[in-house]
Amino acid sequence: MDFQDGIDPVTQDEDNVLPPLAEAREHLVVIGNGMAGCRAVEELLARDAGRYRVTIFGAEPYVNYNRIMLSPVLAGEKTFEQIVINDAAWYADNGIELIAGDPVRAIDRAAKTVSSQSGRTIGYDKLLIATGSDPFIIPVPGKDLPGVISFRDMKDVDTMLAAAADGGSAVVIGGGLLGLEAAHGLTLRGMKVTVIHLMDTLMERQLDEAAGWLLKTALEGRGQTILTGANTEAIYGDGKVEGVRLKDGRDIPASLVVMAVGIRPATALAREAGLAVNRGIQVDDHMVTSDPNVLAVGECVEHDGNVYGLVAPLWDMCRSLADGLTDQHSGYKGSVTSTKLKVAGLDVFSAGDFSGGEGCEDIVLRDASRGVYKRVIVKDDKLIGAVLYGDTVDGGWYFDLLKREENVADMRDMLIFGQAFASGGGALDPKAAVAALSDEAEICGCNGVSKGQVVSCIAKGAHSLDAVRATCKASASCGSCTGLVETLLALTLGEDVQSGPKTMCKCTSFTHDDVRREIVAQDMRSIPEVMQKLNWSTPEGCSSCRPALNYYLLCALPGEYQDDQRSRFVNERMHANIQKDGTYSVVPRMWGGLTNPRELRAIADVVEKYDAPMVKVTGGQRLDIFGIKKEDLPAVWADLNAAGMVSGHAYGKSLRTVKTCVGSEWCRFGTQDSTGLGVKIEHMTWGSWMPHKFKIAASGCPRNCAEATIKDFGVVCVDSGYELHVGGNGGIHVRATDLLCKVATEQEAMDYCAAFIQLYREEARYLERTAPWIERVGVDYVKGRIVADDAGREALRARFLFSQQFMQDDPWARRAAGEDAELHQHLAEVRPMEIIA
Amino acid sequence: MSLNTQVGTWLDIGPVDQISPGNARTLPVRGGEEIAIFHTQDNQFYALVNKCPHKQGPLSQGIVHGSVVACPLHNWNISLKTGKALGNDEGCVPTIPLKVEAGRIFLLREAVIPVPTEAKAA
Ligand code: SRM
Ligand SMILES: Cc1cc2nc3c(=O)[nH]c(=O)nc-3n(C[C@H](O)[C@H](O)[C@H](O)COP(=O)(O)OP(=O)(O)OC[C@H]3O[C@@H](n4cnc5c(N)ncnc54)[C@H](O)[C@@H]3O)c2cc1C
Ligand code: SF4
Ligand code: FES
Repeated sequence: MDFQDGIDPVTQDEDNVLPPLAEAREHLVVIGNGMAGCRAVEELLARDAGRYRVTIFGAEPYVNYNRIMLSPVLAGEKTFEQIVINDAAWYADNGIELIAGDPVRAIDRAAKTVSSQSGRTIGYDKLLIATGSDPFIIPVPGKDLPGVISFRDMKDVDTMLAAAADGGSAVVIGGGLLGLEAAHGLTLRGMKVTVIHLMDTLMERQLDEAAGWLLKTALEGRGQTILTGANTEAIYGDGKVEGVRLKDGRDIPASLVVMAVGIRPATALAREAGLAVNRGIQVDDHMVTSDPNVLAVGECVEHDGNVYGLVAPLWDMCRSLADGLTDQHSGYKGSVTSTKLKVAGLDVFSAGDFSGGEGCEDIVLRDASRGVYKRVIVKDDKLIGAVLYGDTVDGGWYFDLLKREENVADMRDMLIFGQAFASGGGALDPKAAVAALSDEAEICGCNGVSKGQVVSCIAKGAHSLDAVRATCKASASCGSCTGLVETLLALTLGEDVQSGPKTMCKCTSFTHDDVRREIVAQDMRSIPEVMQKLNWSTPEGCSSCRPALNYYLLCALPGEYQDDQRSRFVNERMHANIQKDGTYSVVPRMWGGLTNPRELRAIADVVEKYDAPMVKVTGGQRLDIFGIKKEDLPAVWADLNAAGMVSGHAYGKSLRTVKTCVGSEWCRFGTQDSTGLGVKIEHMTWGSWMPHKFKIAASGCPRNCAEATIKDFGVVCVDSGYELHVGGNGGIHVRATDLLCKVATEQEAMDYCAAFIQLYREEARYLERTAPWIERVGVDYVKGRIVADDAGREALRARFLFSQQFMQDDPWARRAAGEDAELHQHLAEVRPMEIIA
Repeated sequence: MSLNTQVGTWLDIGPVDQISPGNARTLPVRGGEEIAIFHTQDNQFYALVNKCPHKQGPLSQGIVHGSVVACPLHNWNISLKTGKALGNDEGCVPTIPLKVEAGRIFLLREAVIPVPTEAKAA
């Protein structure tokens, strides 16, 4: 149904424009819309929101974003949207005028005005300079060639991404924190990267030689070329960069050169305005410059002879600054800093002074097999430095001891083993460890939130992780401190959180296990029935309990329970994966990773016919078609069905893929027909709904090319039969499988697989994958049920196969035939006359 | 919810049974924002701009519980009555006045065409 609608066009309400109000408040003008500038304003708002009228100038054409997260953006782990700290609404809601993309060019202190590049001149009562740093560019020939950039802002990231899109080689000059994060990102983006570092040790300001070496070896293992002790002579190229020449004559071709050799406080404006400037803009303890009406904060300042290049000191500065501006002078006392490298999978931490020397005592622990290196430096019974590689969990604790200058004589011997040991008892109790942290201990490095702040925000009513994130921002950025915050919640809220296992959700006081047990015991048959009988506190449950109940009922009543679509997450309702733009991706099943010309042709045709912007080989050995509109899904499925393909359930808490390797049929090492076995297993298991997604793989020999040992169920073929592995997954916390047992025949492998799946289906909690489930119940329990108990195994297998009778009908075929058509169609379309005309 | 007190022109969107309880359907608007119309399990109807205040997720695809929809992208809970994000999330999506009369759904035309677009980030 369409609307042709011819009624009058909407008129603009012109009476709504108000004349500007005369402003009585003092005007604070901020130069620099970066981390320190905006944080200072946030601190000010928190103390006295109405006190100043605020205008912020930013040279970059963006809202305020988290600069330290540019590395994850480059590495593809975050999007720009995800690193925005304050969005446009924040400025609007707080009445802050943001003038973005228009740098300030001059300060006139006599007239108390600033003027910008676009010619704007604005008066101030108080001026805050927060211009950050300029990257240092080494003065070699060719430094101005196109393709030579620094790593400082979003524009640099965009340039790197554009360069990476063309592939080729990149050179990163500088093997410090920034350079290595750039090199890591560019490597992930597919470039061949060489790091040129002047010193012999990578990150020499943060790491000692041993840790630097471990780091270098690890990076080389990831395909980067690391040249230490290498001095750049020139960058060359005709019209654009083509390579870098070293002093020793070596020549490294590159289409992109990233200079990350250091930063200089951005002081030019201040200097020209006649403010006192040394290395940075000189400020007192309240961040006031040599002019009482001009303040400065962040990397551009020098306080007590120090300039800083990390965010933690900025948070302290901003607090003191805001205190001063609201007449509660507290005074900044300088900061001790610690460093963490943000490269996934490489844990590197350092803090304090580790140059050694007179009176210093080193305590070192090395664990070669785990790739761990730890060193703490003690002087006069105090910890003065720490370097950790490979195991950095105690970084926060060491840093805390260091900042508080605590006497460590008593725990000297245990110190290196970390907090759990050193604070006595030898028990590894993470809770006690967190409890022992001081209030000043930093919990969230990204947002500069201390333990005291988290605890006080919990005390003020933030009783969940989300609430803590929303109120004090702890763990709201990279999330690596989530565990700490959760422990603090447990510690602070005491009984409430600690008592008993977690309830299913806020709608009930029952746990998952209680509910599952009662569903069977009381023979409950529908979601409303469960909610009624178990006293749900909400009328219809919520988006976490509804899908769980739907699954528990489906599992308990195969063939009888009527699946409740409304309790399914959109992907399972639409049988495709929703994308961030609201379109869907479609993954047809490719049995055991095998395909044929007919399927490939059908996929190619779909891609062309429905204008799919991308088609990609997935990590699960099949093809994913992206960007399909919900209206087109049934037609796409009909076309794929016609070529014999069914839903791949890439969207479901269900059997996903069965990955295989070529096996004995082709491979010179293959011991059994792993391909054939994988195909058979997939035919047996597809369509099954599970507590979480479930992945299977079959490898033809212990070389394990199908990665069977990080799957929920994995088969590794050997000469004498089949090793069956369970409970592995990739994901954030990789877990290798446990060996369940070894069987002699293919049929047994299939039988054990079916039984294992059914045990998992019947006993795991919703959204608990096999890995955490097995860690909870123990692999011995699983062995007891599957390996030791022949009759039990057989019964499980039979229940699985029975349930599969009802599960194995292709949801796509039903949709293509017209079922639930309204889910895919718009209700109507409104076409206003005035817009068509 | 029936906002009969609104004055203005009402657009007839068709019979109520086009949307089954607990579901939502969409209404694209040329030159304006797509609208999601929800039918809750307790038989109320609501209309909202089909864009989550968080990252523009299509609310019509979310799980409806009570008079709340959970956005399909990152699970924010949005009140169907007010368009406001619930819990600790902050944001609001415009609601469209809706009334049900004689078994048909009506939307307030002035709110449909053109729906004001939110200011874009600087
Ligand atoms: C498409 C694909 C990436 C690719 O292009 O290769 C993919 C895409 C997604 N993965 Fe994956 N994963 C894909 C293979 C994998 C693999 C590799 C594998 O299966 O061998 C892994 C590691 C193995 C594993 O699962 O243990 C993997 C581990 C994850 C995880 C972490 C799981 C965990 O238990 O920790 C998530 C997050 C989750 O499920 O909660 C995830 C979640 C996702 C989601 C569903 C994220 C989301 O919620 O939207 C992505 C959906 C994209 C989409 O809309 O299509 N994906 N994902 C792969 C689809 C395989 C397929 O054919 O079905
Ligand atoms: C890729 C990267 C990764 C990092 N990782 C970490 C990390 O893991 N941990 C850590 O502690 N630190 C890290 N840092 C350092 C951290 O980002 C800085 O310490 C912090 O951003 C400094 O804040 P600031 O406000 O002083 O400067 P900035 O955040 O740079 O803000 C200054 C702003 O002022 C603007 N500006 C300059 N001149 C003018 C003008 N004349 N008019 C208007 N605007 C102007 C600039 O464009 C800029 O937006 C990283 C930095 C980078 C670049
Ligand atoms: S496809 Fe998987 S790894 Fe890639 S961004 Fe999505 S969830 Fe992350
Ligand atoms: S877009 Fe709706 S929750 Fe993120």
